[in-house]
Amino acid sequence: MSTQLGVRGWTGVLVALVVVAVLVPVLNLAVAPGSALHLSDFYVSLVGKILCYAICALAIDLIWGYTGILSLGHGLFFALGGYGMGMYLMRQIGRDGQYKSDMPDFMVFLNWKDFPWHWAWSDSFAAQMLLVVAVPGLLALVFGWFAFRSRIKGVYFSIITQALTFAAMLLFFRNETGFGGNNGFTDFKRLLGIPIDQAMRVFLCALSGVVLVGFFVMSRAIVHSKYGRVLQAIRDAESRVMFTGYDPVAYKLSIWTLSAVMCAVAGALYVPQVGIINPSEMSPAASIEMAIWAAVGGRGTLIGPIIGAFFVNGAKSWFTVAFPEFWLYFLGALFIAVTLFLPNGIIGLLRKLGGILSSSRRSPEARK
Amino acid sequence: MLLGLMACSMAARALSPEQALAIAQGDSDARIAALNERVTAQDAQLAPFVEALLADEVRLAGGKVYLVRGSAVTVAGSGASATLPEGAEEVVNNNRMRQALEGALAAFRLSSPDREARAKALADLRDVIDEGLVPLLERAAAKETDERLKAELAMLKAKALIGSADASRRLAAAELLANSPDPAVRSLLMEQLAQESDAAVKAALQASLVKVESRLVWGERLGVLFTGASLGSILLLVALGLAITYGLMGVINMAHGELMMIGAYATFVVQNLFKAYLPEAFHWYVLAAIPVAFLTSALVGAVLERSVIRWLYGRPLETLLATWGISLMLMQAVRSIFGAQNVAVENPSWLSGGVQVLPNLTLPYNRIAILVFAALVLVGMALLISRTRLGLFVRGVTQNRRIAACMGVNTARVDTYAFALGAGIAGLAGCALSQVGNVGPDLGQGYIVDSFMVVVLGGVGQLAGTVYAALGLGVLGKLLEGWQGAVLAKIIVLVLIVVFIQKRPQGLFALKGRSAES
Repeated sequence: MSTQLGVRGWTGVLVALVVVAVLVPVLNLAVAPGSALHLSDFYVSLVGKILCYAICALAIDLIWGYTGILSLGHGLFFALGGYGMGMYLMRQIGRDGQYKSDMPDFMVFLNWKDFPWHWAWSDSFAAQMLLVVAVPGLLALVFGWFAFRSRIKGVYFSIITQALTFAAMLLFFRNETGFGGNNGFTDFKRLLGIPIDQAMRVFLCALSGVVLVGFFVMSRAIVHSKYGRVLQAIRDAESRVMFTGYDPVAYKLSIWTLSAVMCAVAGALYVPQVGIINPSEMSPAASIEMAIWAAVGGRGTLIGPIIGAFFVNGAKSWFTVAFPEFWLYFLGALFIAVTLFLPNGIIGLLRKLGGILSSSRRSPEARK
Repeated sequence: MLLGLMACSMAARALSPEQALAIAQGDSDARIAALNERVTAQDAQLAPFVEALLADEVRLAGGKVYLVRGSAVTVAGSGASATLPEGAEEVVNNNRMRQALEGALAAFRLSSPDREARAKALADLRDVIDEGLVPLLERAAAKETDERLKAELAMLKAKALIGSADASRRLAAAELLANSPDPAVRSLLMEQLAQESDAAVKAALQASLVKVESRLVWGERLGVLFTGASLGSILLLVALGLAITYGLMGVINMAHGELMMIGAYATFVVQNLFKAYLPEAFHWYVLAAIPVAFLTSALVGAVLERSVIRWLYGRPLETLLATWGISLMLMQAVRSIFGAQNVAVENPSWLSGGVQVLPNLTLPYNRIAILVFAALVLVGMALLISRTRLGLFVRGVTQNRRIAACMGVNTARVDTYAFALGAGIAGLAGCALSQVGNVGPDLGQGYIVDSFMVVVLGGVGQLAGTVYAALGLGVLGKLLEGWQGAVLAKIIVLVLIVVFIQKRPQGLFALKGRSAES
């Protein structure tokens, strides 16, 4: 594979952009609902959701597939981004809530008279979007600095990130935290003063696609740069990297923070599309599922996690409708099968199949 | 109301129909007043009437009270048999009324010749005491010969008088209550203090409150310590299994919680079998459930090791994901078999109740049993690892797999046994948990984060570390919980662990030497 995107690579990127940014909106909005080519609203929201998940899978891949750090707490960053966006959306409801108050309904319900301090910026879109990136980024930076500095790695790190998101979930479940407790935020009405209707959802879906493609190109540049090489060296033999004179902490910390921010952006795009954010996004199970998207698709490749996110979540939406009781069996079996039989995921499988096909096409003895 | 007053004015020795009506009809205050008036008069016929009221056997019709016992109907008070008129209404007793009725029955037992019966009556009266019963208490105190019961009677009287309209009676009661060992006195004093208008009584209440609180504080401290140790013993049971699978074998088993769940469900099945086939031995089902839970979980563990985990040795992150997948499947399997709802596991009689150490400190038997059980499992495991041939092999394989293999140890089999042992201990933990908590498909999920924290804190490859970490986290968690609430306590503990690992990345008791470097 080339170090830069070749002609084929850029064509692929362009095609992907056209599909999500032009084809999906046109098929949903412009094609009549009766037509065979019409993309129903359900599928638009599904695609939009999965595009956000794919960003998470890509983020996980950067730290797990390329740096060898398995995070079981990325759901926290995703949810924090989502909550950041949710706070702004709650303010956008204005006086249209159940209680016709300037305050969000849950605050009226709790009999709060003033906004808590962390809601100070929530009526400004620009400021809140800054927080969407800054808060998870800062949390990742501080947590990562403590963890990497004392060389917590491997499973220890995974378990501690899991405990982190678990603790955050407990915190967000409380009403006093000021994030709507159990129910979280929902019932959003508008974004930037524009009602959140189907056109808006299609736009957000397309935007998620564009952001995903943007992150993909960025990740591509990262992993093929010298910086990315060092990351992969850290993954393969951290001690040797240290002996060669590099300081892994700075490398790990920077990619870890970037990955957290990517997840937060995905969360912020996700919330207005699905219309709800609550603490269950922070449950350890949600974060582990993110890891499996990357593993199923094939970690250590950039396209793999995106494919994995589509595959697993597509299967989930099909199973939960067709055989709801078998979904967990399937997901569990997927975890086991991927780790036992497909260490390189779907991409690895395709490559293997491709290798067999191309060699058998040439000549039988060339296989040896 | 009027009838109630009339009934009060006619103080006869035997229950009259009017008095019965006053007790059966009207608002609760008037009914209780009428009832207590009869109790104080020591009406011999009252007890059967009150019993009938409690058993919902009393009917009202046309200003008359009827007792309905099966097909026999009598008029309350006169005892004449009658036919129940059409449209007779059942007498409804709200909770307060029921308490008062039970109190009345207890008041009768106060004059029982049996000391135990009197003590029991006093305990029953504690919650329903009312100023109307004071004469009765005074009479009982005059007759009482047992010093302890006499003191309790005085205390009860003080309680009844604390709400009296007479300030001097309140003052006397407030002073008397300072010596009460009953923890409920504190809230009683506080309540009265909030509405007290008389300055002298207020001061007396304040002084008593301070005394009562200083006496209660020790019970509370010990209580926190005990719940902490209890939580620690549960964490210990959970973590002991992990200490083998993770600590000795290096396998991150995310399905550990589900192996506990299997142990808990095994207990549930054993309980049901005992209920169905051996009801007379039901109380001993727990003893049978212990080996069953161990073997069931160990068997599942052995199957898992043979089929999945053995292919993943040396790849901890992959093991983590695969075992997570296993945990999802096990949870769903239990949901399919037993349903998604929690199932009911009963405590046998010898595990319910508790021993009262201090007035406000009762140690439940089931928690004590788990403490003892955890200690036994710990000792058993320590002996197994240090004294038996299997333990020797496990230690050998842990320290140097190749040399152990060269010495003729069947390392694959040792792995299976060790993993099954860890799983079996998880099953024991599940059996213990079924006695104190809910048994449901997601039972294991709640403990998995905590138990991994114990292992991380305790360090790998050490039983002692696991013990100290489990008890330490349990007690610390409960102490913080009392101070900051459950959620913040969890977060503080987590932050402390992260900070601690900064200083000692290998846990409390790090292995020294080359095997510590991974």
